[in-house]
Amino acid sequence: MSEAWGWYVLILTILSMLACFWLIAYSNRQRNSPEEIAESESHVWDEDVRELNNPLPMWWLWLFIGTLIWAAGYLIYYPGLLAFDGVGGWSQEKQYEEEMAAAEARFAPIFERYASMPVEELVADEQAMGIGRSLFGNYCAQCHGSTAQGAPGFPNLTDDEWLWGGEPAQIEQSILQGRSGIMPALGPSLGGDEQVAAMVDYVQSLQDGQDTASPAHSKYMMLCIACHGPEGKGNPVLGAPNLANDQWLYGSSDDVITRTLMQGRNGVMPAHKDLLGTDRAHILAAYVYSLSQ
Amino acid sequence: MKHETIEKNVNLMAILIVVVISIGGLVEIVPLMASSDANEPYPGIEPYPPVELAGRDVYVREGCYVCHSQQIRPFRSETERYGPYSVAGEFVYDRPFQFGSKRTGPDLARVGGRYSDDWHRLHLLRPQDLVPDSNMPAFPWLADAVVDGELVERKMRALRTLGDPYTDEQIAGAAAAVEGVTELDALVAYLQNLGTARAAR
Repeated sequence: MSEAWGWYVLILTILSMLACFWLIAYSNRQRNSPEEIAESESHVWDEDVRELNNPLPMWWLWLFIGTLIWAAGYLIYYPGLLAFDGVGGWSQEKQYEEEMAAAEARFAPIFERYASMPVEELVADEQAMGIGRSLFGNYCAQCHGSTAQGAPGFPNLTDDEWLWGGEPAQIEQSILQGRSGIMPALGPSLGGDEQVAAMVDYVQSLQDGQDTASPAHSKYMMLCIACHGPEGKGNPVLGAPNLANDQWLYGSSDDVITRTLMQGRNGVMPAHKDLLGTDRAHILAAYVYSLSQ
Repeated sequence: MKHETIEKNVNLMAILIVVVISIGGLVEIVPLMASSDANEPYPGIEPYPPVELAGRDVYVREGCYVCHSQQIRPFRSETERYGPYSVAGEFVYDRPFQFGSKRTGPDLARVGGRYSDDWHRLHLLRPQDLVPDSNMPAFPWLADAVVDGELVERKMRALRTLGDPYTDEQIAGAAAAVEGVTELDALVAYLQNLGTARAAR
């Protein structure tokens, strides 16, 4: 902002304060001359209601003057006049930077120590797990739930079923870089409603072994095998879920699986590297790892 | 001037009151109109693209600002939770800005990219499916309402008269950009871009 505006604010502010002081001094002055006394007593309303211009009570007057003195002191110490930064050198940014620096000095050694510890050791560290729990509450609970048991479309982190792998390094990778699952819409490739229904039945029964007699079997071997594998066991490199068990990410009902087949699914785990930083992500990975142990 | 004159002349008194009160505005508001901090966009801040503009209007219409603020204050307790504190240049194309004044729900100034699109959709349609204890209301009608392309185009033209640098091509392409887009899609697009210009850690 230009210097002129600085002076504009400074002059207007000081003039206002002086005007306030003048107003209080003027209205509180001693009235000595007969005309002034007559004027101050001349306010008569409704015939006999008289309003006098008496001096203000001293306690009120000094409160008012006190606020003016306080304001002057405040504007000398803090940056309030725009053209003048205040003798205290205070600024909002500076206060924030100091607050952050103090926290950094206090917490950086802790995070540094944990950063060099492998996840398997962190799991046994009560303080690290406490930090992990807090981070989980702020960054993960919205999707995975406060108990980490997930929701339809958002994986349960407490079981031994992992879309992208449950090893510490894989969990850390999921947190830092995020994951994007791609289940393409297969409606047209499957054919009509009948074929889709057959595929739904086939997928639902995969946990009991492959029904090679099903008309969907050959379609599975053509369309699904690339990601979900020949036996439907999934592939953690692609985030393709295991279909040959009773764990279902989106649900196991006919409707849900039909929708998955017809419209596809694009589950996204957002990348948290920029939000958390690597040190916190490391502790969080350990906490998530601990949940499934 | 005798104060009897002022007290007995209501028009004069009204004028004098306006003069006195406007001094505060002259000192605190007028200089901001000339401030580059408040008027120049933060790097990466662009006028809202058509879909996000439509989404922003849904945000305003549904009163999201009543429960969600969009202003992260420069305190560590806030920036640890939400991300970098807000700066004036981020809001130059917000008419009106959505600072809000109360956090029944969390601040949304940096919600962009935090959750997946799917999460936002499910959450807006039925928040309790994802956050069981949430007291956020559901907004199921958003999925069925389609954005009016012509209206978006007119809004962009109106914003241009206020100084938002939309190009002719952007305005001409607005209707096509929002073709078939539901209010839910638009709102999610708006939310997913909130605060992403100012990077975190």
